[in-house]
Amino acid sequence: MNIVACVKQVPDTEALIKVKPDGSGIDEGGIKWVMNPYDEYGVEEALRLKEAKGGEVTIVSVGPARAMETIRTALAMGAEKGVHVSDPLLDNTDAYTTAAALAAVIKGLNPDIIFCGQRAIDDDSGQVGSILAAILGIPQVTIVTKLEMADGKIKAIKPIEGAQLVIESTLPCVITTQKGLNEPRYASLPGIMKAKKKPVDVKNAAALGIATEPKAKVAKMTPPPDRAPGKIIAGDDPAAKAAELVRLLREEAKVI
Amino acid sequence: MYNEYFSESHTMLRDSIRRFIAREITPHLDKWEEEGIIPLELYKKAGDAGFIGLGYPEEYGGTPGDIFHQVAYMEEIMRCGAVGLASSLGVSAIAVPPILVLGTEEQKKKYVPPVLAGDKIAVLGVTEPSGGSDVANLLTRAVRKGDRYIVNGSKTFITSGTRADYVTTAVRTGGPGHKGISILIIEKGTPGFTVSKKLEKMGWWSSDTAELSFQDCEVPAENLLGEENKGFAGIMVNFQKERLYLAVEAHAVAELALEESIKYARERVAFGKPLTGFQVTRHKLAEMATLVEASKQLNYSIAAKIGNGQPCFKEVCMAKNFATKACDRVVYDAVQIHGGYGYCREYVVERLYRDSRLFAIGGGTYEIMNEVISKQMGL
Ligand SMILES: Cc1cc2nc3c(=O)[nH]c(=O)nc-3n(C[C@H](O)[C@H](O)[C@H](O)COP(=O)(O)OP(=O)(O)OC[C@H]3O[C@@H](n4cnc5c(N)ncnc54)[C@H](O)[C@@H]3O)c2cc1C
Repeated sequence: MNIVACVKQVPDTEALIKVKPDGSGIDEGGIKWVMNPYDEYGVEEALRLKEAKGGEVTIVSVGPARAMETIRTALAMGAEKGVHVSDPLLDNTDAYTTAAALAAVIKGLNPDIIFCGQRAIDDDSGQVGSILAAILGIPQVTIVTKLEMADGKIKAIKPIEGAQLVIESTLPCVITTQKGLNEPRYASLPGIMKAKKKPVDVKNAAALGIATEPKAKVAKMTPPPDRAPGKIIAGDDPAAKAAELVRLLREEAKVI
Repeated sequence: MYNEYFSESHTMLRDSIRRFIAREITPHLDKWEEEGIIPLELYKKAGDAGFIGLGYPEEYGGTPGDIFHQVAYMEEIMRCGAVGLASSLGVSAIAVPPILVLGTEEQKKKYVPPVLAGDKIAVLGVTEPSGGSDVANLLTRAVRKGDRYIVNGSKTFITSGTRADYVTTAVRTGGPGHKGISILIIEKGTPGFTVSKKLEKMGWWSSDTAELSFQDCEVPAENLLGEENKGFAGIMVNFQKERLYLAVEAHAVAELALEESIKYARERVAFGKPLTGFQVTRHKLAEMATLVEASKQLNYSIAAKIGNGQPCFKEVCMAKNFATKACDRVVYDAVQIHGGYGYCREYVVERLYRDSRLFAIGGGTYEIMNEVISKQMGL
């Protein structure tokens, strides 16, 4: 089987995010970069599928030079090869252009199934997997927490409010992965050492023949407002302090 | 950071170890510390991840790497916050090299792969109740009788010894001194070999430490590593790397204690301000950070030398002693900054304080390191 897993490099979930003073983006200084956690479920599921059914896992990522680390991590987990779409014209591009770049790569790979994280934890747009399926003209099942494959079809479970959907689809299709699908493995040491020698194709937008002008642009980024400082109720009499607390909660905070 | 020593594969290894710790160790650590032992599955999991085989040839189930993969491994595994656990899990690092240096192909093929896979535990039995520093004068006797050695004596402080499958054991086969020492692999279940005691310790709780007894223990002669009376070389082979590892462990423990202290000092309020609001605390933290950095840089530079194949017996002893002293100081101040909480189990610095006391004792004591250094200085 030909399996593709798309990965994005994002700031570590524990990174302290600072918005650049001019609002053009985040300050990347000192940030630790990791594989988008939702993509890890996709890579893991791709590897499990390969281990069960045979075949090959190809990792595809659109991102700046540093995104190569994330591709290598996926190769260390056990994927066979990678494609890195790296082009300054695509840095911080929108969901549509990212999906178009992925589609241009993936078309040539002739995949049976494609995994994407259900969203990336940096911009939280949650659109790439769906747009990718649309461009490729194949079915998509989003936010999947369980996946089975038999007789050339997949059966996926997708939780919705108060219930879960069981969705069947033909192949090829795009699956977007959700927490709960699996527990991603950590790369083994032999895997890490082998990853150095696995092939990664690097391509730019021109080579893929895609338009680089984004359809959506981030006009401005602003940090959330600072939290107002806490208030300390002074005094010696606990009863009076409690009464004052209740008054503040009711009249100022308006929460009771 | 430290790009001259570490590259992408080192970073990936660190990431994997962090995940391994978060998933396989942290949720159970307190329990294992109380129980005084780690589950056998942890060896298997570490073996599967390739951690136990780090630095060994592929033909024996290992994964070759450079010295800084080993440094990175040591630094990261220490971040689980229990030196004993890491030492017990990594005990093969002192038990396997003598087999690889002295053993026949058949012995290597038999003993090494199952250990690196995490299926078997190999430990090193050198120290005896009568003395550990004076290795050359160890007393455990092995007398050749036909196709066996009859071994009598005991070993103590043996890390992971309570359920070891293979004990790389230093015995006396010849006359006094280091020229009378041989190494035998003594397997679990050998008649006359028993675990006489599990030792209760100040720290290193999750590491089982044993006293082993050999009474007319019959060891097949084929378990001799290398030639008779030439075993001391097998013990020596460990010295350089074991001391480097201990030095790295010491700086890693100190760094963890420092980080915990910074976190605590920022949060804890005294006299209306956080502890970091006091110059005394800030300066204490500054000195701790300086000690950590100094030992780290010394250790890295010596690791690089070892990696380049330069002998540095003197320097590695200096590194171990320097990092040990630095760590002693840092964990002391870490507990101090934590106040009463630093004295309580709930805070990791309490364990680091106890666990790190071993650095001045194990792998050659502080005094023995100074003996080596002064001899190398020609004194
Ligand atoms: C938790 C733990 C785990 C261990 N794991 C292992 C293991 O897996 N395998 C193993 O073989 N051993 C192990 N050891 C033993 C360790 O290596 C010894 O404890 C160490 O070598 C010191 O030996 P000793 O305890 O007999 O002390 P001694 O040799 O009796 O020394 C006592 C004191 O005298 C000092 N001293 C001795 N000789 C001199 C001298 N010439 N000049 C100045 N001072 C001197 C020492 O520095 C020390 O302060 C372990 C020990 C501990 C505590």
